[in-house]
Amino acid sequence: MPTVTLNKEVLEKLVGKKLPLEELKDRISMLGTDLEKIEGNEIIVEVFPNRPDMLSEQGFARALSSFIGVKTGLRKYKVNKAEKDYKVIIEAPVKKVRPFTACAIVKNLKFDDEKIREIIQIQEKLHVSMGRNRKKLAIGIYPLEDITLPITYTAKKPKDIKFIPLESDKEMDGLQILQKHPTGREYAHLLEGKEVYPIFIDAKNNILSMPPIINSHKTGKISEKTKDVFIEFSGFDYDVLSKGLNILVTALADMGGEIYEMQIEDEKEKKKTTSPDLSPIEWKLDIKYVNKMLGLDLSESEIKKLLEKMGYDYDSKNKKVLVPAYRTDILHQIDFAEDIAIAYGYENFEPEIPNVSTIGETDKFEEFKSRVANILVGLGLIETNTYHITNKEDHNKKMCYEAEAIELKNALTKDYSLLRSWILPGSIKVLSENTNKEYPQNIFDMGTIFRIKKEEETGVKEFCRVAVTLCNKDANYTCIKQVFDALMDALDIKYDIKVAEHSSFIKGRLGRVSIKNIGLAYIGEINPQVLENFGIEMPIAAFELNLTELYNIMKI
Amino acid sequence: MSEVKDIIKTLHPLERKVVPLLKQSSVFSEILKKSGLKDVEVMRALQWLQGKEVLKIKEDVKEVLTLGDNGKQALEKGLPEKVFLDTIKNKAVSLDKLRNENVLEMQELNACIGILKGKVAINIGAGRIISITDHGKQLLESSSLEEKLLKKISKEEVDISGLSDEEKFAFQNLKKRKDMIKPVLKKDWFIILSDTGKKLVTSNLGSEKTIEQLTPGMLKNSSWKKKEFRSYDVKINVPKINRGKRHFVNQAIESAKRIWLDMGFKEMTGPMVQTSFWNFDALFTAQDHPVRDLQDTFYIKDPEKGKLPDDKFLKPVKQTHENGWTTGSTGWNYKWNEENAKENVLRTHTTCLSAQTLANLKKEDLPAKFFALGRCFRNETLDWSHLFEFNQTEGIVVDENANFRHLLGYLKQFFKKMGYEQARFRPAYFPYTEFSVEIDVFHPVRKEWLELGGAGIFRPEVVKPLLGIDVPVLAWGPGFDRIIMEFFKINDIRELYKNDLKQVREIKEWMR
Repeated sequence: MPTVTLNKEVLEKLVGKKLPLEELKDRISMLGTDLEKIEGNEIIVEVFPNRPDMLSEQGFARALSSFIGVKTGLRKYKVNKAEKDYKVIIEAPVKKVRPFTACAIVKNLKFDDEKIREIIQIQEKLHVSMGRNRKKLAIGIYPLEDITLPITYTAKKPKDIKFIPLESDKEMDGLQILQKHPTGREYAHLLEGKEVYPIFIDAKNNILSMPPIINSHKTGKISEKTKDVFIEFSGFDYDVLSKGLNILVTALADMGGEIYEMQIEDEKEKKKTTSPDLSPIEWKLDIKYVNKMLGLDLSESEIKKLLEKMGYDYDSKNKKVLVPAYRTDILHQIDFAEDIAIAYGYENFEPEIPNVSTIGETDKFEEFKSRVANILVGLGLIETNTYHITNKEDHNKKMCYEAEAIELKNALTKDYSLLRSWILPGSIKVLSENTNKEYPQNIFDMGTIFRIKKEEETGVKEFCRVAVTLCNKDANYTCIKQVFDALMDALDIKYDIKVAEHSSFIKGRLGRVSIKNIGLAYIGEINPQVLENFGIEMPIAAFELNLTELYNIMKI
Repeated sequence: MSEVKDIIKTLHPLERKVVPLLKQSSVFSEILKKSGLKDVEVMRALQWLQGKEVLKIKEDVKEVLTLGDNGKQALEKGLPEKVFLDTIKNKAVSLDKLRNENVLEMQELNACIGILKGKVAINIGAGRIISITDHGKQLLESSSLEEKLLKKISKEEVDISGLSDEEKFAFQNLKKRKDMIKPVLKKDWFIILSDTGKKLVTSNLGSEKTIEQLTPGMLKNSSWKKKEFRSYDVKINVPKINRGKRHFVNQAIESAKRIWLDMGFKEMTGPMVQTSFWNFDALFTAQDHPVRDLQDTFYIKDPEKGKLPDDKFLKPVKQTHENGWTTGSTGWNYKWNEENAKENVLRTHTTCLSAQTLANLKKEDLPAKFFALGRCFRNETLDWSHLFEFNQTEGIVVDENANFRHLLGYLKQFFKKMGYEQARFRPAYFPYTEFSVEIDVFHPVRKEWLELGGAGIFRPEVVKPLLGIDVPVLAWGPGFDRIIMEFFKINDIRELYKNDLKQVREIKEWMR
């Protein structure tokens, strides 16, 4: 989730009220952002991904100001009509690579270092969150005085795109930028394999940028001298772009800018639109539904007030909510219900346990597992609790046994890259990490193991198994079989046992247990080579029992 | 005197053997020798007696002498200078010859000549011929101070601090020579009798026929009736024994399960490997949501993909993502891809079990409440506050009349039962809930709010495609491990699954 750093002074000025520190902290948390810390003049908050409009000081202040009741209701922003040549032409070639753009012009901004920082932060945060790292949405901001309107959005072969990118002093072509420029390399995957790359060109044929990668050095840099800017958002879904643009222009308007429309002409679709569109979106609201979900009995006028605290207007006559054009998170009227709850204050709800009778019930197999564990505890064993994810070294190599196991596709480290297909290696690993602790070390571990089985929904079948591991100077086959027999007696189970071979165990000292010809357990003494591999200087006798299969047999 | 009598009743057979010896000696080593017992037995008896305030044991460290290898040899064959004198007592011999014959080692030989010359026991003439003097002959007949000391060391313990002047002189001489004597530190114990102790050692301890261990034999022949039982020191420290034990995290899990059962919830279980469909898509998590990235979720290499459920669920879920279907939602407005939904993952939350439960639930079963407590996985680097495997406690309440206040009610109740009196709820965001709640509890020791996990009401976009109708479903899934760390006083989350057997043995039982 994106974390933003807000300038407290700027924020307070925008909010229009200075709150005591503790109250400020509380209000920020209860508004629905995760306050990380306030340090001096810096407020660091985590903005939830459904509220990209709060990624700027301006957007954040707008929400907070309504919430604490300073300036409630829908904010109105004036959008001036497009002047001559305030036009962007979308040419056919770009429709194949990055088909849409939403643009605007904002004038009369007074830039200083602080404002430039703020704008860069919004741009970056929108790129990461809403833009999914520029994939869905990329933003370009250009000083108006450096470019000539109208603008053309088109696409060309990479070799034919030539300009000096930002943070470079050499002219490069499209391919060179992706291969050599640091920003180009970072985002190269977004254009890789495309025949043509998108570009914005001005009326004098200067390349402004190659979205979503980089702007031109000549035209794409805002400075303290900049007053008016041209803004473009490019991507694949016009609605997303338009929302993003609304977030940015309203923030700029809150900085004092004046918003101007632009005409967007899509040549291929033969469609003309204007952007930005800041008119509120209307939603029907069912007050009864809201009250039912909240467990409250609010009147329409109370709900209207609460909606206004969250920056909406409510039209009582038509029973409609007017949603600001920069809000991206309204999918369903339940979203209003939540905002009403936030405005009401989560802290003001009285928790209630309803008088509904239902009958509690354990899962029978879980109960069985718990019984087995208690029997083993009664035999003096200590339970351990190991991870399901392990590695080939411990699971196979050190065990002298090639067990088939499922690998993870994207493990962070080799140490944890394999789903265990038996439990015992984990138990022996535990013992290898406790050689300096008091003996005897008689332990058990119960848990899930993973095997490939095509018929399952995922192709993976999970079994619960238990491993009992006796590690002490007298550990031998007799001791471990005593434990096994005690468990079987407790469960009232008769079994067959045959001598078997398994390279993790001493030859001639391993029994294979089965019931009705279904193999259920191995009992034996661990191969001293395994002990040596794990650095254990104490004999181990162990069994591993499949509880899932055992339970299924018992049920039959 | 009654005090002494009471003590006598408590005497263990070992103590009975030791007490009379205390009359004659106050040194542990001497008592040990006289008792004929093992040293641990004598020490244990003395410690018990100390516990009864009969005596005090004081440690005493002294330096005693032992024989070195050469010292032992000298004791057997005589000191080298004696051997030397013996060789020349009948006729003078040249030094060269003595050297060639290897009567003594070169070093010893030179030392002997030095010593004997100093004592005027030999003469060295021309051609380095060595002859014995009369004084030398006298020396040969008598034993030297050094020899006397060596003999004494071989027979008894010689304490350096107790040497006579003559012995001290011999000690200094021997110390200069190679491997003759070795001073070693020796620990011993002094026994100081208390007033009671002094009375006790002179008392008649009476018959030893008190009963120690009651035996089956005594019961059979009723012999116990004629005897008295020795009284025990009930305050005695006994050796620790280890017991069988459930792992402490599992103790807490069982206890939490019981809480949900008490509250009328039914247990859900299910596999840890799930398709993305159940882990994400059924929970209205858009296919480009960052949580589905490789750096957050573990994907399976092989089998990479699983099977999708039949159209009954598949179509509504797909349409809900794309355009909201009949849920009254706009959906996410994108083209939903079946192949992404097939990808196998290690479940990132137990919420996938809730989704499956909703899919299997019939309308006539409502209202219904379910819980799960199970392992989940996130592709995270291990550190003090992150595990790649963790437990989650999941719950859903499917009830036509459920509302936000009920959600807070259930959560508050659960956390209260888990030991947190104060719980606070903050707005949060999860793709599949709206309302969304973050639960903080007040840490009674650290005096601060701890973030313990998420909850909410499932979005209609989750419920309707699975259940077929839009009913409020309260849902929560706080991480369980953090909830229990406070009780066990564990600050580093990795310690929960470290399996340090000392920790597992000694950590307190879950008591909430």
